[in-house]
Amino acid sequence: MTAPPASPPSALPVKRHHWIVRLTHWLTFVLLVGMITSGLQIYGAYARFGERNGPFYAPNPFQNHGFPTWSRLGGWLAGGLNWHFTLMWPLTLGGLLYLSYLAASGEWRSLLFRPRDIRGAIEMQKYYLRLRKDHPPQGKHNPLQKLAYTFIIFLGILSVLTGFAIYKPTQLSWLTALFGGFQAARYWHFWAVWFFTAFLIVHVVLVFVVDPASLRAMITGWYRGRFPSHD
Amino acid sequence: MIDRRALLRLAAGAGTASLVAACGWDGGNAVRPLLLDVSRFNDWVGEKIFFSKNRLAREYPVAERTPSLPSYFISPSMPVLQNPSAWRLQVAGLLREPQSLSLEQLQAMPRTSYTVKHHCVEGWSAIATWHGVSLSAVAERCGMLPQARYVRFDSFDSGYSNGWDLASAMHPQTILAYGMNDNPLPPTHGAPLRLYSPTKLGYKMTKYLVSLTFTAERPGGYWEDQGYPWFGGV
Repeated sequence: MTAPPASPPSALPVKRHHWIVRLTHWLTFVLLVGMITSGLQIYGAYARFGERNGPFYAPNPFQNHGFPTWSRLGGWLAGGLNWHFTLMWPLTLGGLLYLSYLAASGEWRSLLFRPRDIRGAIEMQKYYLRLRKDHPPQGKHNPLQKLAYTFIIFLGILSVLTGFAIYKPTQLSWLTALFGGFQAARYWHFWAVWFFTAFLIVHVVLVFVVDPASLRAMITGWYRGRFPSHD
Repeated sequence: MIDRRALLRLAAGAGTASLVAACGWDGGNAVRPLLLDVSRFNDWVGEKIFFSKNRLAREYPVAERTPSLPSYFISPSMPVLQNPSAWRLQVAGLLREPQSLSLEQLQAMPRTSYTVKHHCVEGWSAIATWHGVSLSAVAERCGMLPQARYVRFDSFDSGYSNGWDLASAMHPQTILAYGMNDNPLPPTHGAPLRLYSPTKLGYKMTKYLVSLTFTAERPGGYWEDQGYPWFGGV
């Protein structure tokens, strides 16, 4: 699957990612792996949702199933909790640093999905479905990428907020109530794991299939690929 | 290039994290102390940032009580008093007037009742009604001294104990409970007297109480000494 270049390939490498973006990208990856694995350890202590002996009307394919040892971090509940409540700090601070950079640099303009991107997203989808022959013109990211990256930022914020709602359901009762109560907040916090995992798989596959040069760009900052690096 | 070196370290970290996860590892002797240091920091955040001495936990209608509330003890069999009438609560430590209180004396004090949600560290929750005397009233009765900063709770359940910060202990919803769901406190839930508060996780609420001691030094606790968060506030 090779797409015709959207713009002439640059002979010279161009600077694509600021060091803050690269640092927070890899930091988030490592910390998220730690958060998910320690989270699976915590989940095993009560592997279901709903009040004790009460019903909970939401599907959970993992009901009453703990996760295998290889997928868990912490050894036991206290260890899982201590890992989770340690890694949450650098993960959240890294996320705030990244969002501050997006806002301060104006980079958000080329990354966040806005209503004006809807038409472009449809065209991009047509291209992927081979209903359109030529690759639609794009800026730094195509509209479907913008949609995915905006979603993952939203998912990160949702994870932090549902995390707070579970951590302090009495002190932050308004937040816990916003998510439908303590058990519902646990449920959404847990589902975020599977959205992150699905995103990670698709993200890595697309890097290698569509734009392998972007991997080097995320490590060194320099890009020799076929897509523009600026809007 | 500094960036590249930082990234190499990160990559090494990522590899380690995967391996760590792959072994169901707890962090070992190298990481465990660091995790416990952060846990102490989280205790501080829990007490100083999140906790408010005036904020009350939501109360529920009695009709929303959960059919049953799980319970546990650490002794091989359920702790039961041989001679219940001889039982006294020792109130000791940094007090003008340390006292030894009978259940009748505690029940004669102003009664607090509420129906609240119980949060277990494992992730389950349940709603029950509790009846008892507010701990701050007991502290007042015994003349708590200004040097008191913590309270230690001891039980007759094989040495199970907990240490609390004074602010949580003096919260208006922190009670010494002698009743549950309109009945006397059952032995499964810590008869004759247990600590209760909707601002703490279940393991912080000592059952089968024998004494409470006001201290200037931070007391440990059964689960806390094994690595569970000390503050345990919700």
